[in-house]
Amino acid sequence: MPRKKSEDPEKALRFREAALPFLDDTYTLARYLLRDAADAEDAVQECYLRAFKHFDRYRGPAMKPWLFAILRNVCRAEYARRAGTPTSAIEDAPECAEQAPLWHEDQETPETQILRKKDSDTLRQLVAALAEPFRQTFVLREIQNLSYREIADVTEVPVGTVMSRLARARAMLRFAWIAEEEQRK
Amino acid sequence: MTCDEAEVLLHALIDGELDASHIRDVENHLAGCPRCAAALRDYRNMSKMMAEGDVRYTAPAALRQRIEAALPQLKASPDRRAVLRGFAMGSAVSALAATGLVAIVLRQDDMERIQAEVVSAHLRSLQAGHLTDVVSTDRHTVKPWFNGKLDVAPPVVDLTAQGFTLIGGRLDYVDARPIGAIVYKRRSHVINLFVAQTVSTEHHAAKTDALQGFNIRRWSERGLNYWAISDIARDELAEFGEKFEAAMRTGSAG
Repeated sequence: MPRKKSEDPEKALRFREAALPFLDDTYTLARYLLRDAADAEDAVQECYLRAFKHFDRYRGPAMKPWLFAILRNVCRAEYARRAGTPTSAIEDAPECAEQAPLWHEDQETPETQILRKKDSDTLRQLVAALAEPFRQTFVLREIQNLSYREIADVTEVPVGTVMSRLARARAMLRFAWIAEEEQRK
Repeated sequence: MTCDEAEVLLHALIDGELDASHIRDVENHLAGCPRCAAALRDYRNMSKMMAEGDVRYTAPAALRQRIEAALPQLKASPDRRAVLRGFAMGSAVSALAATGLVAIVLRQDDMERIQAEVVSAHLRSLQAGHLTDVVSTDRHTVKPWFNGKLDVAPPVVDLTAQGFTLIGGRLDYVDARPIGAIVYKRRSHVINLFVAQTVSTEHHAAKTDALQGFNIRRWSERGLNYWAISDIARDELAEFGEKFEAAMRTGSAG
């Protein structure tokens, strides 16, 4: 089947041009989702292989959210694998976390305090410390600049859920930000 | 608007996802609620500092290589390209490559794929205005035309006396590499002779395949791969190939 063979390299070329520019983005998301460099590499590789396999049927949306949705599915398998090992705790948030109120009395913050700038390692740690599913929502919005609609599609939840998760993620980050400053004093 | 509502909607305000009427509602609430206003200020600061800080990761080079290696064409392309790579490649490099490449170069699926590309190139050449870049029945005109366009100009043989008229030459692309094509005519039939350099200097006797209604005769001699393709009959194409090889042996190539 020479014809089919000659199409494959062409498909690979088109895929390469369309998908490889988002390798750093995809890897960044994988690092935050899995919080492990080696696992992130494996997940991104698997993501790109799956994406290539399905590239014939790709008709949009934008390439980046499409890759992210695939990556998320890959990571889900990794979560399941980790859940089988006794030491893991991937799904940090208990079921009720999303329904919990945003404000807690003991987390009241002074209205006059200005947040201080932090170095990039600290910023990464603060984000990585956020519980799922708030972490992925936050990373998709704040680091990957996806719209609410795109985040909703990638994470397979309604836009309203995206909004409440993002609100919660930022609130948690804000308290962690301040707590980190307190620790340094 | 309550604080609970504002606490969710002010994020949409930060992210530019709020419609005009809700923007007004949220701003009205913020004007009278220092706590929510402080939250908005902090969130904006956080976004700004996140954007300015280096919170992204760069994919390791090894990961990029693994992915590229896993894609069909990209994995094999350095090897396949070597099929058509020029003599200009340093001798040490080509000697090194040749040891590992000969087997790969002649792998059946590679050959099939390149033959399919040869057919495509032949078909393209038959479209109006695509047959020749240089039009001449004089091999001393055709051969120099290739100089500077390819690493080494392909041999050009005048076979007019044997019934195959040289009509010109063309620069073509096969396997994503430039390749010389010498164009002959037998009566009204076009014969494209593609010539590409190879790292192998082995002699490979001619083989003829039929593909998409064309006959392709391929052989290798003195570091060159040849593909002659035409819709003329198999035995006529064989005659062409034999006359060409005979002329090369007697040194009448230009």
